[in-house]
Amino acid sequence: MGRYVIRRLLQMIPVFIGTTFIIFAMVHALGDPVAAFFGDKAPDPAAAAQIRQQLGLDNPLIVQYGNYMKGIFSGNLGTAFNGQPVTDLLKIAYPTTLKLALVAFTFEVIIGIGLGVLSGMRRGRLADTGVMMMTLIVISIPTFVIGYVLQYLFGVKWGLADATVPPGAPFQSLLLPGIVLASVSLAYVARLTRTTIAENSKADYVRTAVAKGLPRRRVVTHHLLRNSLIPVITFLGTDLGALMGGALVTERIFNIHGVGYYLYQGIVHQDTSTVVGFVTVLVIVFLLANLLVDLLYAVLDPRIRYA
Amino acid sequence: MGIHATEVTAEAGRGRTADSEDAPLLQVKNLQVEFRTRDGVAKAVNGVNYSVRAGETLAILGESGSGKSVSSQAVMGILDSPPGFVTGGEIVFKGQDLLKLSNEKRRKIRGTQMAMIFQDALSSLNPVHTVGTQLGEMFRVHRGTSKSEAKKKAVELMERVGIPAAKERVNQYPHQFSGGMRQRIMIAMALALEPDLIIADEPTTALDVTVQAQVMELLADLQAEYNMGLILITHDLGVVADVADKIAVMYAGRIVETAPVHELYKRPAHPYTRGLLDSIPRLDQKGQELYAIKGLPPNLLRIPSGCAFNPRCPMAQEICRTEVPPLHAVTEADGAPLEGRGSACHFWKETIHG
Repeated sequence: MGRYVIRRLLQMIPVFIGTTFIIFAMVHALGDPVAAFFGDKAPDPAAAAQIRQQLGLDNPLIVQYGNYMKGIFSGNLGTAFNGQPVTDLLKIAYPTTLKLALVAFTFEVIIGIGLGVLSGMRRGRLADTGVMMMTLIVISIPTFVIGYVLQYLFGVKWGLADATVPPGAPFQSLLLPGIVLASVSLAYVARLTRTTIAENSKADYVRTAVAKGLPRRRVVTHHLLRNSLIPVITFLGTDLGALMGGALVTERIFNIHGVGYYLYQGIVHQDTSTVVGFVTVLVIVFLLANLLVDLLYAVLDPRIRYA
Repeated sequence: MGIHATEVTAEAGRGRTADSEDAPLLQVKNLQVEFRTRDGVAKAVNGVNYSVRAGETLAILGESGSGKSVSSQAVMGILDSPPGFVTGGEIVFKGQDLLKLSNEKRRKIRGTQMAMIFQDALSSLNPVHTVGTQLGEMFRVHRGTSKSEAKKKAVELMERVGIPAAKERVNQYPHQFSGGMRQRIMIAMALALEPDLIIADEPTTALDVTVQAQVMELLADLQAEYNMGLILITHDLGVVADVADKIAVMYAGRIVETAPVHELYKRPAHPYTRGLLDSIPRLDQKGQELYAIKGLPPNLLRIPSGCAFNPRCPMAQEICRTEVPPLHAVTEADGAPLEGRGSACHFWKETIHG
């Protein structure tokens, strides 16, 4: 197990270098960041050259990348164009994104698995058909449509929730964005749970559990659910990694100043340091989340062993 | 109250009183089971009768789809419902009709008074729990034993069924055991609360031949030791011969022949049984083509009229296509009764004596 973890961590190094370089090159290819800096106005060539020199943008791409990587390993992710260190931006953005991710994840787990179990146990009945239709609708509609519609209905028309999230992002105001962010994954979780429950309820070991004279509740919780949730938890783990990467669309709709918001700002202003810095952290979070999922998988299913 | 009542009868049953000597442990009367599927109603069991006494082994023999597993699942009360429904008959176990009991009462009988051993131990054991947990669960749920006590009992059970190093292996998972050892664990689980009746559904089918013999031997030993009734469901005539006391041969949801085990082998009284026996490879017929019963088992959605075996039967006459043969009492050619023999064939006399 320990060896496996070390091997996986070592594998992350080339992935890490590769992704950061690709992002670096892609942002570079977007165009001249200094021009973007000045907005619609054409920059004074002398001033532009000075800024370029200050930011090291006159060096070849590979040198810029090398300088950037040097900074990363000394804990310096560079400086955003507005003068703030990118690490400071991350410190502001991450707690908000984590809160939002937590809210969304809770919805996914409770509602997603709940609906999945409900429809899996009552296959072919009304409840099952209802859940299947609802999830299909949610999956088919783009998030921004769901987001704006719910924002309008709950936030504006009925006034039941905050239409936008105030600074500091209190949990209460994150409920609506949380459910919007969770909606699609939630639908997938419900469908996945339903499928595995339906499949496993015909399994031989469930029949054995019934033949042992166990109460129905115990058959379901100890035998059926324990097995059925393995693929669901794997999915949830990967999704948690994705949620922690922020939500560009949802954060924009509800004006949440999280990772997605700053990343968007960075992209719009071609702010290389911000974009690469944020994406670098996201890559690490995602890789770690994936590793955790794989390890968790071995804990849940004793038939899987890593060496 | 329910718990006490069942436990009292369980104790009485274990005492092997005069009562249990007279009345059979289990009596299945005119049992009917059907599956309501999208394509129609499949009549899986059509009026089956049999009985098992304490210490007795009944083998139920038949092809896939003959209703042998379904009838025993109905006895255990683990029929998948829907689509399976018991539509008629009685299942009298220790004097009470199980079909009249509430679900909760039947649940309490399962595992404590009657237990089942399944065919494929790998898929029948839960892959994510240790064997110790799964064995101990019997004591934890039915007897309210503590966790540590249950584990101790699990180790004892594993030793009882001949699993070496039980103390270490109790914490292992099913996939870490060999096929034979897994089937021993299945047996241990069925045996845990010393039930009066064990139903073994093809317990050796998934095992290789040498292990088959060991497992059957173990089962027979334990049965003798605890004086349990045993229903052995199989399609393997070889497995049956050594351990069973009597055989019931099933075809298309009916029992077509019953007989004490050795008599059946010597003198079958139904053309289907004869066909089965003739299709066993024999050393003295080396080099000849092996006999096979022609045709396929009937579609349970459309069972042939009359005797269900008539389309495949070499002896079929007009009457076989129109009239369902009852289970005739089989006698010697001179009319002397043969104990425990019956054949559901219009021409049983010709089959056994001709």
